Amino acid sequence: MIPELGNFALILALLLAFVQGTLPIIGAARGIPSWIALARPVVQGQFVFVTIAFFCLAYSFVTSDFSVLNVAQNSNTQLPLEYRFAATWGSHEGSLLLWTFMLASWSVAVSVFSRHLPNDMVARVLGVMGLVSVGFLIFMLFTSNPFDRILPGLTEGSDLNPLLQDPGMVFHPPMLYMGYVGFSVAFAFAISALLSGQLDATWARWSRPWTTVAWLFLTLGIMLGSWWAYYELGWGGWWFWDPVENASFLPWLVGTALIHSLAVTEKRGGFKSWTILLAISAFSLSLLGTFLVRSGVLTSVHAFATDPKRGIFILAFLVVVIGVSLLLFAWRAPKIGLGGKFELVSRESMLLANNLLLVVAAGSVLLGTLYPLFMDALDLGKISVGPPYFETVFVPLMTPAIFLMGLGPLARWKQASLPELAVRLRWAFAVSLVTALLMPFVMGEWKLFVSFGLLMAFWVIASMVVSVMHRLRSSAKVGLFAKLAAQPRSYYGMHAAHLGIAIFIIGVTLVGGYETEKDVRMEIGEVVEVGGYTFRFNGVKKAPGPNYMADIGSVDVLRNGEKVTSMEPEKRVYNASGMAMTEAAIDTGILRDLYVALGEPLGNGAWIVRVYHKPFVDWIWFGCLLMAFGGALAVTDRRYRLSSRKERDPDPVTDKKVSGSTPGKIPTAAPLIARSKKA
Amino acid sequence: MMRFLLPLVVFVVLVGFLLVGLNLNPRQVPSPLIGKPAPEFQLQQLHESEKTLTSKDNLGKVWLLNVWASWCVACRDEHPLLVELANSGIVPVYGLNYKDERDDALQWLKQFGDPYAVTIVDPEGRTGINYGVYGVPETYVIDKNGVIRYKQIGPVTVEALETKILPLVKELQG
Repeated sequence: MIPELGNFALILALLLAFVQGTLPIIGAARGIPSWIALARPVVQGQFVFVTIAFFCLAYSFVTSDFSVLNVAQNSNTQLPLEYRFAATWGSHEGSLLLWTFMLASWSVAVSVFSRHLPNDMVARVLGVMGLVSVGFLIFMLFTSNPFDRILPGLTEGSDLNPLLQDPGMVFHPPMLYMGYVGFSVAFAFAISALLSGQLDATWARWSRPWTTVAWLFLTLGIMLGSWWAYYELGWGGWWFWDPVENASFLPWLVGTALIHSLAVTEKRGGFKSWTILLAISAFSLSLLGTFLVRSGVLTSVHAFATDPKRGIFILAFLVVVIGVSLLLFAWRAPKIGLGGKFELVSRESMLLANNLLLVVAAGSVLLGTLYPLFMDALDLGKISVGPPYFETVFVPLMTPAIFLMGLGPLARWKQASLPELAVRLRWAFAVSLVTALLMPFVMGEWKLFVSFGLLMAFWVIASMVVSVMHRLRSSAKVGLFAKLAAQPRSYYGMHAAHLGIAIFIIGVTLVGGYETEKDVRMEIGEVVEVGGYTFRFNGVKKAPGPNYMADIGSVDVLRNGEKVTSMEPEKRVYNASGMAMTEAAIDTGILRDLYVALGEPLGNGAWIVRVYHKPFVDWIWFGCLLMAFGGALAVTDRRYRLSSRKERDPDPVTDKKVSGSTPGKIPTAAPLIARSKKA
Repeated sequence: MMRFLLPLVVFVVLVGFLLVGLNLNPRQVPSPLIGKPAPEFQLQQLHESEKTLTSKDNLGKVWLLNVWASWCVACRDEHPLLVELANSGIVPVYGLNYKDERDDALQWLKQFGDPYAVTIVDPEGRTGINYGVYGVPETYVIDKNGVIRYKQIGPVTVEALETKILPLVKELQG
């Protein structure tokens, strides 16, 4: 019964999405107010039905209804409750439903937080999102229905892939999808700008917070994925340049470029068609990521459920969405124009250079990811592209980008002076150079690439200090705290995100330069020495888990003869699938992680044990958190809150009726621009 | 106008490759063993553990070696097809029970049917390593001289059977 309700809700959602994708857009083009007004209620209706469908599926999983094929294939009665719930998005069908649910949520958010936007624009934006939703709902209903029955039902399910039975599964996919799908808002804004031919500072102002929120979710999603891979896969790596990882990294790179490009469009009215192209690309790459994961054209550890037949559908969908968007771009973008002029040395030119570097980086990651496919398609042989390629290409591209990151916030708009910048930043450069040269000695051994990486990180930090000091000095307020409080949150947001990059670089550099590992055979009582710590292996005992049998190792960690901690790495064999999983034991610290993983048993209680000492590895994820925090600061900036509060509070001067209808909206846009220029 | 069309052109090229890519199998790595003599083995039989089978016992006939395990989900997909093939009597299928428990394997065959002329057991996976098994199921076509002529990675499908395996078997049987 419940699955049929879910199925029915999906069909209703499809019908509403179809209405949402057509009438408001036509209404906006023809100027039919009643069709335009349809956008918001239809979006909210669609959201209700998608939500019903989502929770119907979740209900089937939680109650272990094995007459639903999807549940029978991806769940099991022994599976703990939180994983039965998370298994809702553990399969291909379920993850599509999650995707659609996220899209519906974003659409509702746009419909609620868009009161100060002109109605025809809202209609176009929501209409475009409706069309995307139509595609996904059709895909689900016709090729991958999560509610398909298998009658008579099975008595036991075949279990969720043990790799996915982890707290990471509960948080990583929803965060990542929030990011992926969030770019659909920026995309819809871009398409509606192309449709209406209007693209000005106000447009950029409206799209900015949406883009930033999507970006911050994507950042968190990627971070969680990386952290999960680190502790779950048992190899101690945090990034593998796997095709699916790359698929999430591509929209991130382009989304980062988009955030910066939008800043120029808002403040200076520049980079217009470029911003549009980036907005289209960021979402297109999110869709491409979905295609790569779901179609099985590339081999990947993430390809849990792939099916080439479905691949054809997604590819057709990609062609329609991206092809039509790019066609529209080619047709309409020349009318939108390029925007304001600027000098060769200016904040605009630096942001443009950074943008180009990010896009080229995204392009080379895409090339590397698809290269095996290209070669195979041209019959030039089977090859795989690994980390050496990506590292060789990525680092040189990011180096100038990081350098510009220090320069940009200090440069003036329109025209900046190089000598002036040089004078202002020479101490920052000198300090970061000297520290970067000396720091590796503190770590015990001087290495060129460590110094180089640290130089990048310290340069970002030092130039940030200079930028903040300069900004405070020119503030009109008196007293340090008053000056600090006078700066807008988006300014702090920018610096927090940039600081996040610096912290991230420090983590990557130091763990790359100084990590040590040993892969050894250990008898009971035997010790091994790694990174100044002594690890003593006390043997392995059996212990049952809720749906698995575990071998739990016991390892004591000593430093200078004193016990620091004890660690319990596990090796689990899951009952339903018989798959073996490694659960590494990690002792986390600010300056280092100790990481122990069990390999294979060797008889007589001896095991292969992998022991790692990883200095500063947690800085990688802390840096990502800081970036996301910067994004959060930026979107909670006063100017965004002011505009929405103004809408909500009844204005004593204006008549309520007037402020609620279309003509009443337009005048509010003008003061918004004025305010944004001041900020 | 032209430069605004550029992104579309790039996208169209990309779609062309993705379309071709959909019909390729990235997991299908050509086996270096094709055209080489099948690695030798002498292994215990599943049903009668006191008996063994060696790779030389099958010289003079064309046969299939199917690598399977009771823990392998994809093996269930191909199994009905193997049973059908065995019943047709066109070509004998030998099973290599890979990294499995004897009781589980016997139970599995009882449940789903036993298409194998003989099943041999490889609990440690050593013979599997010699054959370059990296995912179960895999199926090898071996000719009268004991040379591997074809390797199917993943489940045997109707398509693979009709377009590749059976024509090859007929040709080899001469």
